[in-house]
Amino acid sequence: MANLFGRVPIGLRSAVNEGAFTRLTLILIAVVFLALFLIMPLILVFVEALRQGAGAYFEALKDPDALSAMRLTLTVAVIAVPFNIVFGLAASWAIAKFDFRGKNLLISLIDLPFSVSPVISGLVWVLLFGSHSVLSPWLQAHDIQILFALPGLVLATMFVTFPFVARELIPLMQEQGTTDEEAALSLGASGLQTFWHVTLPNVRWALVYGVLLCTARAIGEFGAVSVVSGHIRGQTNTMPLHVEILYNEYSFVGAFAVASVLALLALVTLGIKAVLEWRYGNQLASGHRR
Amino acid sequence: MNIRATAVALAVALGLVASPALAKNIKLLNVSYDPTRELYKDYNAEFAKIWKAKTGDTVTIEQSHGGSGKQARAVIDGLSADVVTLALEGDIDEIAKGTRKLPANWVQALPNHSSPYTSTIVFLVRKGNPRKIKDWDDLIRPGIEVITPNPKTSGGARWNLLAAYAYAQKKYGSEAAAKDFVGKLYRNVPVLDTGARGSTTTFVQRGIGHVLLAWENEAFLAIEELGPDKFEIVTPTLSILAEPSVAVVEGNAKSHGTTAVAKAYLENLYTPASQKLIAEHYYRPSRPDTVDPAVLKRFGKLELVNIRDDFGGWAKAQPKFFGDGGIFDQIYKPGR
Repeated sequence: MANLFGRVPIGLRSAVNEGAFTRLTLILIAVVFLALFLIMPLILVFVEALRQGAGAYFEALKDPDALSAMRLTLTVAVIAVPFNIVFGLAASWAIAKFDFRGKNLLISLIDLPFSVSPVISGLVWVLLFGSHSVLSPWLQAHDIQILFALPGLVLATMFVTFPFVARELIPLMQEQGTTDEEAALSLGASGLQTFWHVTLPNVRWALVYGVLLCTARAIGEFGAVSVVSGHIRGQTNTMPLHVEILYNEYSFVGAFAVASVLALLALVTLGIKAVLEWRYGNQLASGHRR
Repeated sequence: MNIRATAVALAVALGLVASPALAKNIKLLNVSYDPTRELYKDYNAEFAKIWKAKTGDTVTIEQSHGGSGKQARAVIDGLSADVVTLALEGDIDEIAKGTRKLPANWVQALPNHSSPYTSTIVFLVRKGNPRKIKDWDDLIRPGIEVITPNPKTSGGARWNLLAAYAYAQKKYGSEAAAKDFVGKLYRNVPVLDTGARGSTTTFVQRGIGHVLLAWENEAFLAIEELGPDKFEIVTPTLSILAEPSVAVVEGNAKSHGTTAVAKAYLENLYTPASQKLIAEHYYRPSRPDTVDPAVLKRFGKLELVNIRDDFGGWAKAQPKFFGDGGIFDQIYKPGR
């Protein structure tokens, strides 16, 4: 399969033997599309952010509410991503290395957050922890605030991002099979040793790749966190939420300044991703060698 | 599943870190709606000073803003607001019904039906008023494009329709004539956005339409933020009085130990100094007699009808005008 996307075998060459005109048109469409939908908006973000000069730009970023939004977003990511690493590793390990009943069901369940609207991903937590939920009296009795506070934001983010790590690891682990582990075990390694010295090194780049995507989504998530945030200024507004608020307040420089930080984070992610694909492409799952 | 176990563990850990409150540092959460941001930013600073002088305590007021209905929903779901300052009485009624954290007669707790400030619907037109729009009659002239959101989805848009209706009923004397009038008006609406902010964007940013039906405070703010050289406000001869409501969510305040400060916070909105601040933020003060007339000059003079006396309250007006098969459904036929 990988060959279709990467190197074109000789026998298939006729399949892409289009005329120069067709090829040019297709390339042009792709380039125009990219420019229109990706590059232009990206440039616009920075143009708008710097419209009133670098001074206003940095002033907007130094605003206490903006700083708190950045801090909160990073805190949420720092908590949610490790949970997803553990979960992703466990799930993909179980799925790729073992056979058990309901395996396909588990795979579908892992994909669920991809197909569910983020608003629903937020609302499930409201139903679970809201004042009218079954859990509510217990939470109140113990003075535990989940919704409209950090725990709610973390939960919503975890839910939305949890397929990312597992989805990267499962195809790769399936491709690698269990022979390495079997060899290690037959040579006398313990289960944990096998995991640390065989399984984990085999998938490390795919794992990093998955963590990267997971982090990017965790930082950028809007819908689910919007539902559980409560929008308390300087307390529960993440960066994407803060951008919307500033924009609605006609504070365009502020909105685009914070948006530019998000864009920068996305660009850094993209850069690392490109390096990973270029450098370690053969160690990522074949589905990603495009 | 172990996810839930870890989630609860995490929540417990965070809860322990977050909960202890210091005696002299009071936190107050004000859950409000969208256009009050600037007002409360200033008012909170003022109130903190007053409270410090009076009691020596430092009060930090946290703000949450969003669509009024959505905010009410959040409070019902557990956002632990000490005070709510929302757009509609009905939204606070919902909180009272849904949580029982405030009494059913909360509206009598403060003067003027618990409305320290009011606003009304005015017209925003392009600079110089090129279409010579003076009053509601001008909006039904052929060729005039009116921008207003869909009253089915936007709370604000309902006031727009009711204001037009009240004007026509007063002028032409019958409900049939009023219905006909709003029918003509909505035929002049090229885009029916889902929310007030969407309509403002359509009018201001995309440059569509000749007149925007807008909240007076929002119209002033748009002019201030986007340039006095681009737009101006036209005040019609008659419009509708909107009374945003405020209330202490007693149940929450009690469990936070903030009842006294929450009450003082809202009562203080009625003092002359606060009423002036309110006027400076383009809301009409509910006690205009206490405010310097120079500040009040910005508000055009007009006759105001209100929901309670002229429409029998929202409980009656809502189904009559905006329910299925109601007046809006009868007069609005998309695509005409």
